[in-house]
Amino acid sequence: MSNDNPGADANPTRPVSEARRKVEAGVARRHASERRFRLYGLFSVMFGIVFLGLLLASVVGNGYSAFRQAQVRLDIHFDRALLDPEGRAEPGLLSGADYQLLVKSALGEQFPEVTERRERRELNGLVSPMAAYELRDLLLANPSLLGTRQSLWLPADDFVDMLLKGHVGRGAGVSGRPGGAQLAWVDRLKAEGRLELHFNRAFFVSGDSREPEMAGVWGATKGSFFMLLVTLLLSFPLGVAAAIYLEEFAPRNRWTDFIEVNINNLAAVPSIVFGLLGLAVFINVLGLPRSAPVVGGLVLTLMTLPVIIIAARAAIKSVPPSVREAALGIGASPMQTVFHHVLPLALPGMLTGAIIGMARALGESAPLLMVGMVAFVADVPGTPLDPSTALPVQIYLWADSPERAFIERTSAAIMVLLAFLLVMNLAAVWLRRRFERRW
Amino acid sequence: MRRIFHTGPMAGLIAAGLASSLAWGQVARDYISIVGSSTVYPFATVVAEQFGRTSKFRTPKIESTGSGGGIRLFCAGVGVKHPDVANSSRRIKSSEVTECAKNGVREIVEIKIGYDGIVFASSVASSRLALTRKAIFLALARQVPDPKGGATLITNPYRTWRDVDPALPDRIIEVLGPPPTSGTRDAFVELAMEGGCKAFPWIAAIKEEDEVKFKGICQTIREDGRFIEAGENDNLIVQKLKANPNALGIFGYSFLEQNEDAVQGATVDGQAPAFQAIASGAYPVSRPLFFYVKKAHVGPIPGLREFLAEFTSNKTMGAEGYLSDKGLIPLPAAELSAVQQAARDLAAMGPVK
Repeated sequence: MSNDNPGADANPTRPVSEARRKVEAGVARRHASERRFRLYGLFSVMFGIVFLGLLLASVVGNGYSAFRQAQVRLDIHFDRALLDPEGRAEPGLLSGADYQLLVKSALGEQFPEVTERRERRELNGLVSPMAAYELRDLLLANPSLLGTRQSLWLPADDFVDMLLKGHVGRGAGVSGRPGGAQLAWVDRLKAEGRLELHFNRAFFVSGDSREPEMAGVWGATKGSFFMLLVTLLLSFPLGVAAAIYLEEFAPRNRWTDFIEVNINNLAAVPSIVFGLLGLAVFINVLGLPRSAPVVGGLVLTLMTLPVIIIAARAAIKSVPPSVREAALGIGASPMQTVFHHVLPLALPGMLTGAIIGMARALGESAPLLMVGMVAFVADVPGTPLDPSTALPVQIYLWADSPERAFIERTSAAIMVLLAFLLVMNLAAVWLRRRFERRW
Repeated sequence: MRRIFHTGPMAGLIAAGLASSLAWGQVARDYISIVGSSTVYPFATVVAEQFGRTSKFRTPKIESTGSGGGIRLFCAGVGVKHPDVANSSRRIKSSEVTECAKNGVREIVEIKIGYDGIVFASSVASSRLALTRKAIFLALARQVPDPKGGATLITNPYRTWRDVDPALPDRIIEVLGPPPTSGTRDAFVELAMEGGCKAFPWIAAIKEEDEVKFKGICQTIREDGRFIEAGENDNLIVQKLKANPNALGIFGYSFLEQNEDAVQGATVDGQAPAFQAIASGAYPVSRPLFFYVKKAHVGPIPGLREFLAEFTSNKTMGAEGYLSDKGLIPLPAAELSAVQQAARDLAAMGPVK
């Protein structure tokens, strides 16, 4: 029988070498295509990494300088005569006094030779117009300062800041300012050690401002946080409930098929459509306030819900049927089976899906446009009902501001947003690692 | 395993949350709500911030919706859910006043805050252009009068600025401008394009008999790639101008003022876009900026009257006010005191033509 076999031993030369040749020729080709395929993959990954690197480099390169801010050290005299000229010494008076005068007189002491009115105006322009309010807050917090002299670091005007960081040249007509004299004053303050770059605390603790040196991301960050809170509180329970019903209880018929198709479609609808829906329903019909994080959160809930339902269903599907069967077998009701056994096992997957949905919601700005969150809001919101912006919106608003100093602050705000996203994604990874079970 | 959800209380919580948020709609609002033009936005926000810091009231909230969108929201009705103030980079239209009145917004206080110049800027690396409104019209209109003469229109054949006007350099026409949704675009076509258009007497004559046709000729911009719609972000236009010395950009004066080390403004009809020339009206492409206040809201909304006083005060809108530091061209003294009077009396505006 084995003799009939033409391949192995009986007639070893011709047919074998024919086949071998074909195979060998093919091997080289197959290896080449294998290598090519790997190279394609490697190339795609490199391509992605290069662009990510470019993005990060440009954002960080533009924005890192915003974390430092030029400050001027002035000897402020909390002069009773200036703050309370009539000597009435009422407590309410301290808040209404003209603190700009304190800055002006301190600058006057520093540069006694500047007397002409127009020059004085230019000199006062070196210090941020908001410095006066810092002094007021300081004095109100600590009334015992009244009458004392304090050496204080106050924020410099944004043009001094830009000059110090080298973002504007020293040439004539810098930002439409007279230049000359101001440049000399800046140089003198710097030489005296009275003008330095310090950590920009205002950027992290204040709300929006039209003075770049005072503008911060805290208001927008809090707005984003409130919005995500509302979104999470609404979309997670609703999404999980919908997923459980569809996966564990709903009959399979045309209606549930129809609902399933719709959920998948909704997940792909452009977000601006949800914004229009939110405007029509939450603001026009229900009369909720414009620009409030609660409305933004409701809109983002609509947007995130399909994503969460899909993720939650996938998580429930991945729980092995044996778990359900065992529970039912020892007499648990269907609801007990779901809540005591299926849900706890599916929860890590659901949470990961929810956090990824939340991260998408965090980066969203188009639907917020429609519900009025693209707005100038200087006060940091205290509740989800206060007017507020969100981080992506803040980035958009700053990118559109004429002042030079907002360019670096735009990039810095992008960094804050990326950090926020990174924290959320790390939380997702951690939750998965911590609670995931494999079968 | 532990029970992790109590379905009953959870549903109750959601219902309670929704109900409490619904109830808010009826409660009073304790901050001023402002909507409208993105051109007025940088000025109004400065005033709002000053007001928030110096008064006992909260900082007003300002949405940048564009003039038309802002007035539509403003006119939607009276009550806390509607905005109190609408900013506009053009005067309110009579159709909008009618719409307002239909929704119960009858008494509107009009405040003119100052002027804004529209500049034609190019990189400082290029030579400064000396434009005329006629040259702008010829360079950018879709149809232009036949250069051979006669009262006929041909598709715009011009490729370089020299083709348009022999006095201009031999530079390719490449203009970055705002999209049609922008108030700057409205003002540009109305002031620069239409102004140049009227230099042709036979086209100007059309205005008398057929206004629509006249506007069609004068306000339609060419679409063959010479005029590039660069979006609403004026910083982006400045960046592009720096990269391309041939290009010309169209934006508001405040952006020129902030970027004078990178871009320069072309002269128009012999006038450079400078503070004085815009204030005096000598620079031809400038427009007034307004805001409109709903009189019915003065009182119910706390701080609205005080905000009006802050905005119209000398230290804000005056010749040396802080808005002029931000690039607003202030009103002449006589006009300013008239506006201040109107703000004090809350004088409702009359019919608009």
